Amino acid sequence: MGERMFIEGNVAIGWGAAKADCQAFFGYPITPQNEITEWFAREFPKMGRIFVQSQSELGSINILYGAAAAGVRAMTSTSSPGWSLMQETVSDMANAELPCVIVHVQRAGPGGGPIRHAQQDYLQCTRGGGHGDYRNIVLAPASSQECCDLVQLAFYLADKYRNPVIVMSDAIIGRLRETVEVKKIEFGPVPDKEWAARGKGRHKDGKRRVVDHCADLFGRDPNYRTFLQRLDQKVGQMQESELQYESYKTDDAELILVAYGYTARVSKEAVNMARAEGIRAGLIRPIAIWPFPYKVIGDKARQGCKFLVVEDCLGQMVEDVRFAVEGCADVHLVSILDRHIPTDGGMILPDKVFDKIRQIK
Amino acid sequence: MGKETKKVTRERVAGRQKLLVPQIAGFVYCPGCHEPLAARAIADVLEELGTGDRTLGVFGIGCSSFLLGILDIDVVLGPHGRPPDMATGLKRVYPDNIVFTVQGDGDLMSIGADPLLGALTRAEKITIIMLNNAVYGTTGGQMAPTSLVGQITTTTPGGRDIAHFGFPAHAAEMIATFKGVAYSARGAFNTPYNYERTKGYIKIAFQKQMDSVGLSFVEILCACPANWRMSPTDSLKWIEEKMILEFPLGEFKNVDRIE
Repeated sequence: MGERMFIEGNVAIGWGAAKADCQAFFGYPITPQNEITEWFAREFPKMGRIFVQSQSELGSINILYGAAAAGVRAMTSTSSPGWSLMQETVSDMANAELPCVIVHVQRAGPGGGPIRHAQQDYLQCTRGGGHGDYRNIVLAPASSQECCDLVQLAFYLADKYRNPVIVMSDAIIGRLRETVEVKKIEFGPVPDKEWAARGKGRHKDGKRRVVDHCADLFGRDPNYRTFLQRLDQKVGQMQESELQYESYKTDDAELILVAYGYTARVSKEAVNMARAEGIRAGLIRPIAIWPFPYKVIGDKARQGCKFLVVEDCLGQMVEDVRFAVEGCADVHLVSILDRHIPTDGGMILPDKVFDKIRQIK
Repeated sequence: MGKETKKVTRERVAGRQKLLVPQIAGFVYCPGCHEPLAARAIADVLEELGTGDRTLGVFGIGCSSFLLGILDIDVVLGPHGRPPDMATGLKRVYPDNIVFTVQGDGDLMSIGADPLLGALTRAEKITIIMLNNAVYGTTGGQMAPTSLVGQITTTTPGGRDIAHFGFPAHAAEMIATFKGVAYSARGAFNTPYNYERTKGYIKIAFQKQMDSVGLSFVEILCACPANWRMSPTDSLKWIEEKMILEFPLGEFKNVDRIE
């Protein structure tokens, strides 16, 4: 039994990281993730761990590169514009095979955007985000409890695959205050970080370590192709082993909603409203948005289900759902244009989703 | 003669540091380049200090980063301009290690200005060594922030013109103005005397870090004959007559305590 706390998702991220034995946090102020950086500034020094406020998001991600190369569990957090700034180094860390966790609390865009909630970075996050061929596992919490739990899973997966892992929430999940049971989750052993740069004297074999982001230059692999083959295998293994999704009332469903993050909470409510009227609706909520549950959705499509994607953007995850159904099912969308008011404070609310369910039905 | 003839080897003539990688694969430096001398000087200093086993070298992008193939210490290579950030992460995790960066003038003073200012402001206990050859070397000799006024480069075919491209950036002088800096100096490798003096600067810089005084910095003027389109000997003359006039050698800050 862990300690029960009434906390925001952003704060739950901090407690989760502490339970996961994260040793260092680097952050730069940006709304709506400031509670995360402030939590680490307040709590980490008390725990004898490292907190640095960086000079920019470029600073955060590159200081993180250094700490990850040193072989400790470390993380940063940011929001959309900062996430964009970080992309070069995220790509470098995928090449250098550095495990780390990056928390991305989405806000609206494009550009400076309104600083309030949105879900517009799905494609950028799930396709890597930076240049070159690589993927990151992306976990999308839909509650404060999941913020605490998924950040722990993220550290485990980062170490398991030697790859950055992204926890992508949004301004609503980040600022939502709920009861959280803060407990350490055991995931099993992870590989030793014998590759880390700690100083030659710290290695048992006395040989130097080179952590580099140019796979072909310094002999990590025999050649570029062998490196790419290894990367390809890693991505394949992630796709095979790390699918995570919640199925809600899908067994007998004729219409399946697909949503993650805050819009999944809204969609679940809409499913309940539909069920109360006898409409057989269900929900598939990807918890990992990459790798994406293509097969689960494809199977349901072939069984004759229709789909309704609910996401707070102009339509990004809907592309993955269309890809998954392979033309076998209708795919509908409730988007950012369906918010209850037209200003940046607008939200997708359950009654709007329910209206759409009734229309499709 | 009756005397045994000793085999003349490079080890006997010039010495060979233990901290150089035994078999350097793919030595990439051009004839007359001064950058490998930095590896030699750093290896010498680390041997004298006896700290090679707990030293971390951090490199960005540019000819300077190829030193990682030469120095037999743990090294981290990362994105262009970011070594002061990466060094921050490493130093915070291992405060007892010596953590230093080797960067070109473009890597530090142009694309890397943000991490440099961050590290200077936070007074990180790291050492930054900047190799200043007044051009972008790896990419073929474009104008750098340190290019001299009138200097011909591939992006200033008519010479660096102050109306459009301003003036050379002075790293050692700028860095010395920061409160959190313990040491800032500029040396050169154009003469044996300057080489020895510069090696001394590197040693003091590492010592300041070991004593946790503050950030330490050494700028080194380096010849780049290939991109200067000069012979190695003309390059030495150019450093003496042109570069040192613009970039005077010496110490700009040297304190034992920062309050």
